[in-house]
Formats: sequence, C-alpha cells, structure tokens
Amino acid sequence: MTVLERPRLTEVGVSRPRKDGREKLSGQAQYVGDMEVAGMLHGKVLRSPVAHAGIESINVSAALELDGVAAVLTGSDLDDIEPYYGHAIKDRPIIALDRVRFAGEPVAAVAALDEATAEAAVRAIQVEYEELPVLGTLEQALASDAPRLHDRRPELGLFHGLGELGEQRGNVCYLHTIVGGDIERARAEAEITVEGTYTFPAVYQYAMETHATIAHHHGDAVTLWANCQHPFLVQAEIADLFGLEVGSVRIMVPYLGGGFGSKSYTKMEPLTVALARKAGRPVRIVNRVEESMVTTRRHGMRCWMRTMADRDGTLLAREVHFWLDTGAYADNGPRVTATAADAAPGPYRFEAAEVQGYCVYCNTPPSGSYRAFGATHLQWIGELQVDEVAHRAGVDPLELRRRCLLVPGEPVRPDGSGKPLDADLIGDVERVAAAVGWDGPRRAWVGRGVSVGLLAAGAHPVSRASVRLSADGSVDVYVGTTELGQGPRTVMAQIAAEELGLSSELVRVHGADTRFTPYDRSTGASRSTTIAGLAVKRAADAVGERLRETASELWDVDPTLVELVGGQAVVSGEEISLPDLIAKRFGFRGGEIIEGGEVRPTGGDTGSYAEGPYFWEVCVAGAEVEVEPETGVINVLRTATIADVGKAINPQLVERQDEGATLQGIGNALFEEMRLVDGLVTNDNLLEYRIPRLSDLPQRMRSIIVENEDGPGPYGAKGCGEGAFAAVPAAIACALADAGVPMRELPLTPERVWRRIQELAGQPQREDQSHD
Amino acid sequence: MDLALTVNGREVRAAIEPHELLLDFLRDRLGLTGAKRSCDVQVCGTCTVLVEGQPVSACTYLAADAQGRRVLTIEGFAQSPEFERFEEAFLRHAALQCGYCTPGLLLTIKSLRDSGELASEADIRHGLDGNLCRCTGYRSILEAARELAA
Repeated sequence: MTVLERPRLTEVGVSRPRKDGREKLSGQAQYVGDMEVAGMLHGKVLRSPVAHAGIESINVSAALELDGVAAVLTGSDLDDIEPYYGHAIKDRPIIALDRVRFAGEPVAAVAALDEATAEAAVRAIQVEYEELPVLGTLEQALASDAPRLHDRRPELGLFHGLGELGEQRGNVCYLHTIVGGDIERARAEAEITVEGTYTFPAVYQYAMETHATIAHHHGDAVTLWANCQHPFLVQAEIADLFGLEVGSVRIMVPYLGGGFGSKSYTKMEPLTVALARKAGRPVRIVNRVEESMVTTRRHGMRCWMRTMADRDGTLLAREVHFWLDTGAYADNGPRVTATAADAAPGPYRFEAAEVQGYCVYCNTPPSGSYRAFGATHLQWIGELQVDEVAHRAGVDPLELRRRCLLVPGEPVRPDGSGKPLDADLIGDVERVAAAVGWDGPRRAWVGRGVSVGLLAAGAHPVSRASVRLSADGSVDVYVGTTELGQGPRTVMAQIAAEELGLSSELVRVHGADTRFTPYDRSTGASRSTTIAGLAVKRAADAVGERLRETASELWDVDPTLVELVGGQAVVSGEEISLPDLIAKRFGFRGGEIIEGGEVRPTGGDTGSYAEGPYFWEVCVAGAEVEVEPETGVINVLRTATIADVGKAINPQLVERQDEGATLQGIGNALFEEMRLVDGLVTNDNLLEYRIPRLSDLPQRMRSIIVENEDGPGPYGAKGCGEGAFAAVPAAIACALADAGVPMRELPLTPERVWRRIQELAGQPQREDQSHD
Repeated sequence: MDLALTVNGREVRAAIEPHELLLDFLRDRLGLTGAKRSCDVQVCGTCTVLVEGQPVSACTYLAADAQGRRVLTIEGFAQSPEFERFEEAFLRHAALQCGYCTPGLLLTIKSLRDSGELASEADIRHGLDGNLCRCTGYRSILEAARELAA
C-alpha cells in the first residue's frame, strides 16, 4: 500500500510575528485621520438635535460669511442625483432632505480651511424643525396607530442578498420567517415548556478609531481614502449614487483602528463625497465618538421564546419571535435579522421550530453590523432555556447538550435548507466544560455555564487575489482584505510563503486600492482567511506552477517533480534559488511572475441566504461567575472559548481573536448599553458608556483551538473571531442562572442583578439556589 | 501666545491659540500623528504622551501648559535604544492588533517603568487600567508588561 506522505507545513500553523507590528508600535502606521492630501479642506457635520421632525427651513448665510468657509452642503444640493443609498434597502438620503428621522442625522455639512472654522460655521447654521411624534421604542414603532417612518416604495439596494423584499407593513422593514416540522404536534406532546420575554440592549462597537473619510470629486471621478471594511462594495454604491463608472471611483484603505462591523458597508463616504463635490476640493471628515455612536450601532432587541421538551428533557421544539430596533434606516438590519433567525433555534435536534424575526424602523440611530450579530442576540436566550429544561428534567445541562446537539452532517436549519452541520459541537462543549471545572465542587453564589451556538457567517465566496514574485525573490500579495487588527497581512503572507516554499519575511501584503487590488467582496463574516486566503493560495500556486515550468525546462524534467522549498526550486540532485530561476526565465535579472487566484460560487455555495452559509461559525464558551448578593456585582472567574477553526494558520492570532471577543462579550453581558430616551442617546461618551478595561479580565481566560481541518478554506481553515462573542454572554448568563439568579435582560448590571436577587428572595426557593 | 517647549529632544517654538490642545498641536502643527484621538474625554489613553516623564492625555491638556517642558511622543520614544525591548515584548506576545491604542500604551508602560511603578502585578494592573484596548482582550498586553517589568 502506498502511503502518500503529507508535506510538512513550514509557514502555516506557525505563530509568526505580525507583519504590521513594527510600523504600528513605532507610531508610523497611518490611519485615515493621520493623512492629508494637497488642497484638503476639513468637514464638519450639523446633526439633528431631535429624533423626528420636518425641516421647515435651513439658513446657511451666516455660516457662509465666515472667513475660511469653502462650502456648505444641504439637501437642496442633491437635486441632480437620486440621493438615496443603502446596500440592503435604498432608504437613506445622503443628508436629510425635508425630514429627520433620528437625533444625529446629518442636516448640513461645512467644508472649511480648518476644523475650528468648520465647527464655528456649523454652529452658525439655523434650522427650523417642526417636531413630529417620536417612535423611540419598538412598542411605539409597532403600535397600530404609529405613523410610518418611510413612505417611499422600498427599493432593493445593490447588495441585499436576501432574495425578494416582501411588502413592508407599518414600520416593519423586513420580516424573516423560518418554519420546519409540526409545531402543533410538539405543543401537544411537550411535557416541559419554558417560555419568556427577554431584552437585549443597543450597543456601541467602539472601534477606537472613529469613522474617517477623505474624498475628492474631480470631473467624472471620485478618489477616496476611507477606513472602510468593504471597499469594493462602497466603490459600487458611490458610483451608483453619483452616476459614475465603477472603475472611476478609487478607494484606498490604509490601516483601520478596529472595525468589528462598524465600518462595514457604506457609512460616512457618501456625505463626504457630496461635500467634496460641492466644495470642488478634497475634504476630510473625521467623526468624534458621539458622531460614530449615531452612525451605526448594534440592534436593541425584544424576544419572546418558548422551548418544549419531553419529560426527560429531550428537546422537541422551539418558537421564537423577536423584534430588532434597526433605527431610522435599514443599514444591515435585514441581514442581522436573517442571521438572528438562523441562530434562534440553536444547534439542536428539534422536531419542529418556528422563527419570526422583525426588523423594525424606529426614530433611533441606525443599527448595523457588530461582530457575531444575530447570534449574540439570540444565543443567551436559547441557552438559558435549554438549562431551564435540564433543570426541570433533573438532567445535567452538559448531558442534555450531549444528547440533543446536532452532529456533523445533520441539517441545521429547521426547514432542512442550507449547509448541514460541519463541526463537532459535542467535542467542543465538552472541552469548555472541562476548562471551567464543570464537575468540581460549587460554592454558594458561584455558578457555571456552557453555551453552544452557530453563526450563519454571511461569507460570500467571491474573492480575487494576485501574487507577484519579483526578480529578487521577494513577493507582493495584492488582496482586498482590510487590515483592521485581525491580522490578514500576516496570515496572507504565511499562506503565499507556504505555497512558494519561502519565508514569509520575504512577503509584503498591501492595503486595498481598488484601482490595482483585485476584487474582494468584503472584510467581515469571518471570511478573510477562508475565502480571500483561498484566493491568495490559488494565486501563489499559479506562480509556483510558472516556477516549476521554468525549472522543468532548465533541467528537462517533469514539472511535477520540481519542489519549491527553502527559497529554491529542487529536484533530486539539482537546486536553484528563485532569483536565479527567474533570471533563467527572462534571460536577465529582471521580469517578474504575476498570477491571479479566484474564488467564486461553483454551485450550491453562492453565499446567498437561501443556500446557507459557506461554513457555520462555531460559538461555544464556558464561564464560571461569582455574584455578590449584597451588591449584585458579578465577578467572572473563568472563561473558556473554542476557536473551531479547522486549521489555525497563525495560532497566536487565533487566540488573540478569541481573547478580544471574550472581553467584548463580557462588556455586552455585564455593562455595555446605549441608553436611548425618546430616541436620544443619553450616554454618548466614553465616560458614561463603559467598555471593558484591563481590570475586567477574567481571573482565568482560555482560548482553546480545535483543528479538525473541516473548513472550506486553505488547509481546511474556516473563520473565527466572532463565535466566541456570541458564546460568552450566553455562558455568563447561564452561569449566573446556575448561581441562582436567572435574568431576562442584558446587560447584567449590578442594580438589575441585585433587584432580581431581592425579587427571588420573596419567592419560594428554587432547588438550585441552595448550594453546598 | 508664544510657546516654547522641547518635543522629542528638539526645541520647538510656535505661536498658538491659548485654547489649543496639546494633541492638536502635536498632530496638526508638528505632524506627529502617533498620538491618536479617540474618546476626547481623558478615558481611553490613546492620546497619551509624556510631559516631563509623566503620562498625560493630550486630548485634554493645553499646549500652553507644556510651556518650557519636555514632551515625549511615540516617534521620539521609538528612536531610543530602550524602545527595542518594548518592541520585542509586544511582538512576542502579539500584544497589539489594530495598533490604534498601542503608542499610548507603550508610553504609559515606559513612564510607569521609569518611575518604579511597574514592580508588582498589582502595579501593572493598576497602572494600565486607564488605557483602553478594544481588540486584544488585554491578556497579551499584561504579559508583555510583565516581561518589561522584570
């Protein structure tokens, strides 16, 4: 029997130091706010102080009189274009036209020689508003007599991705329904039923670098420097809005100071382009934190859920209705709704499930993507109910999960559509349970929880990349993935180096410039390593083919016998360095080899919603928490997360992803909340909106990497970095319930927890409240 | 008003507005963009620079208050021989991701170390609690700081 020996990987699987490390550590790394272009003006935006109003008049004359003011933009400057955009639904004007729908909506913008002048000019603009009733909450927006916030006929955006848009009723912008099995029968059969209503808050992503754009509109072309995650989608939307050819819109993306979804799709770019068009000069707009908070955020949510089981706890069915506050404009709300709907049943073997997800317009700031959206909203609720079923059935929650979790190959969606399960969830949950001391003795007010879920990563399989081997043997990788901290410049270098048999130190990976960089659909949905990485691998492979070809001509051997290793081409008895080989190919020390790689849908994997995700991102975590009954303060003692990545190209970067996701998960679980009152964000600053600090680090935090090589990406890789975010709040909420305090509202602030403890103290004790 | 100060070892003179912030002075007039703007309210630590060796939030510190003082930014620190240890520790532990908070964090650690306030685990945890990082989850930063404390 012939055993094919697998070549040992030398770059992939190794924790190489970050390629961008030295540049960032020394302060040399450039972000959009650090950049200036010749003739650049500074832009400032006048934002609505009220959440819902008609605009009666705008007087800009005092602003225009100020020295140094170059241009003032209002809605009336957009008469020559169709000024509505939105990648999902074209419902948002570039700037308020005759009505404002949220507090913070741009009403006017000023371009001036410096920021201070622009600010003074913004203050000099006078606007008369005719205030309208504010639909500040889901209840108000869904009331039968609520006014409609959008009366234009909804028009699909360029990247809707969810099939036909149904009829919009009232303020419901999008409805997503999943139905499978016979729910009536399950209701009749169920012997254990757990149900309740739950609340998830609006949350701010807080990428430390706020949204920033430099735009220049010149002739029939636009040049942008933007901190966007999806430059090619922004390029298409800008071209569409301003009536330009796609190729004449050029977007350059330097380093991003974090994204987490807040810089996905189109944000401040249309307004900056419109202002630059009016001014006839390049304009830079850099948001302040309070502006980025109203540019995009995570959806607040109300959810009703019911889980049904038979007497021994075996799960039978689940019904879920949830309502997401998408704010004044759809942004990515429809996709968030669909992804939340996919997460709602949880990865269990149900006989039936019914999910209805409503994406609802309100007079609140628009909501879009934030890391692990949808799954983070739903997983904690579903997992609390699974634990409650286990409790009532007298079964260990881990044992119940072993019994009811899906196994690889089983359909995930209740209607049987989409990709079947591609991960070992039972193995994953057992690992985190062990890591948080599941079977160890329990102290009073200490609880442990595990949570399991799946994130329908909307990873569209459309990426191109090119790899260029220069005459000196160094390599450039051109790939559209945005470096927002997650490390693609390092990982892509490792992939190209692996395929070419050279050191990743010889590989340079560049930021996107749409004029030169091959198309990449987007940076999000944990798709970069899996999909763009596969395009890079294919491009590098193709370069390798050219090298083998040249070596085979040189030595008169079959090209398949030529190996690329240690920076050389090798066959038995012969070796030649890559620079020498390239010199042989071109006859002098010059030339280059440049090849492309492509990933595209090949049937059944279009990344369309109906076909289901390219891979299911695993969301598994465990937590041990202690609650102080006198104060309601929660201390997170231990966390464990699973990075079920198929193959870790750079294990250290994978761990960092999950550690970062763990802290964001702790923030979402314990204290992060945008407090909206009548549509106004009342804590729009970092003094009152608290994010995790170093002192919030759990006493022990483990990231466990699982490598089953079961992903569709290079070397069996699949995406990571989001799953832990969805799983950690769920594990904490379950652990708190295990400690005796089941909660139905996040975040788990001390006051809420303390009140719940008082409320429970007045009720008959649950058995699990007495600990030994 | 006239301002004279030392920035990264070089004397600088400029006519400034009395209300000009040190962060704007460094970034806009001197082109030293290593100090980043984020929260604007002295919470995040991203704009940290050292004035006479002490960390200050340049977003809420008047340039005028730096009159006659020595200011060190990441650009200056990166030129010093001592920087290499910091660089290696942060690279080894991958204690950075997007890099936006990193300059402020490095200068904070340097200041703590110079003043002997990085001696114990408690020192490190206390001293770094005022520098936010949204990406890393802090564990790797803690490890790099421990290495630099040793």
